[in-house]
Amino acid sequence: METLGPQIIFWAFAALMLGSAFIVVHGKNLVRSAFSLLATFFSAAVFYVMLGADFLAGVQLLVYVGGILTLLVFGVMLTNRIYNLNLETQTFQVLPGALVSLAVFVILTTVVVRTPWSQSALIEDGPTTPIIGRALMTEYVLPFEIASVLLLVALLGAAMLVRRRTDL
Amino acid sequence: MISLEHYLIVAAALFSLGLYGVLTRKNAINVLMSIELIFNSANINLIAFSRFVSGDTEGQVFALFVIVIAACEAAVALAIIMSLYRILKDVSLDEASVLKG
Repeated sequence: METLGPQIIFWAFAALMLGSAFIVVHGKNLVRSAFSLLATFFSAAVFYVMLGADFLAGVQLLVYVGGILTLLVFGVMLTNRIYNLNLETQTFQVLPGALVSLAVFVILTTVVVRTPWSQSALIEDGPTTPIIGRALMTEYVLPFEIASVLLLVALLGAAMLVRRRTDL
Repeated sequence: MISLEHYLIVAAALFSLGLYGVLTRKNAINVLMSIELIFNSANINLIAFSRFVSGDTEGQVFALFVIVIAACEAAVALAIIMSLYRILKDVSLDEASVLKG
């Protein structure tokens, strides 16, 4: 009976995540889609906490909610004319798209259920930040540096792309 | 008890919703949001495998790199959408059918 609490949290946030994701992909209003995305990212962060990834949950909230979502809202606001207040968006190929994604879901679920996963003993929960930090500075130092350079190049390239043509 | 399969099935549902958004949305920013959903489902899978199968934090490091790539992708894609909007005055993907600016 003591495992009921995590189950309730899991199913509640799974429902929140999938419901808000559905609004993101099917809602008519762009701003509402952007704010539903916030609920999706937050539920994903809750999942990370339940999986013992506390550092990743913090990064998820900081980078996705604080960074990417803000960028997306800026994008929504800047690419719609101000007088176009309803900010509606359109869909096309709804039926084929729904069929394809439903088929993908059925295939993935079948694979997940039928595969005998070799599960190891569960690790005990603890702070993961020192472990991840040590791994990034020793074993994964080359990918870490490449990711830093990639971030720098991507942000410079983004600034370059949105620059006005007359500056050239 | 919540097992690995529960997380994988929820992530598969999230992936399918993101795929549906990519396939059906007309607005470029909305397609970008759907791609973020797909990134998140992949991250949930990575962390779930890291906890239930390998039992260490290696998958979390990979998820961290996925988040970095997602940030780069969002910045560059929004920059492209901005310059597209400056040229076409629209972000509908149907309008963006020629490479010449």
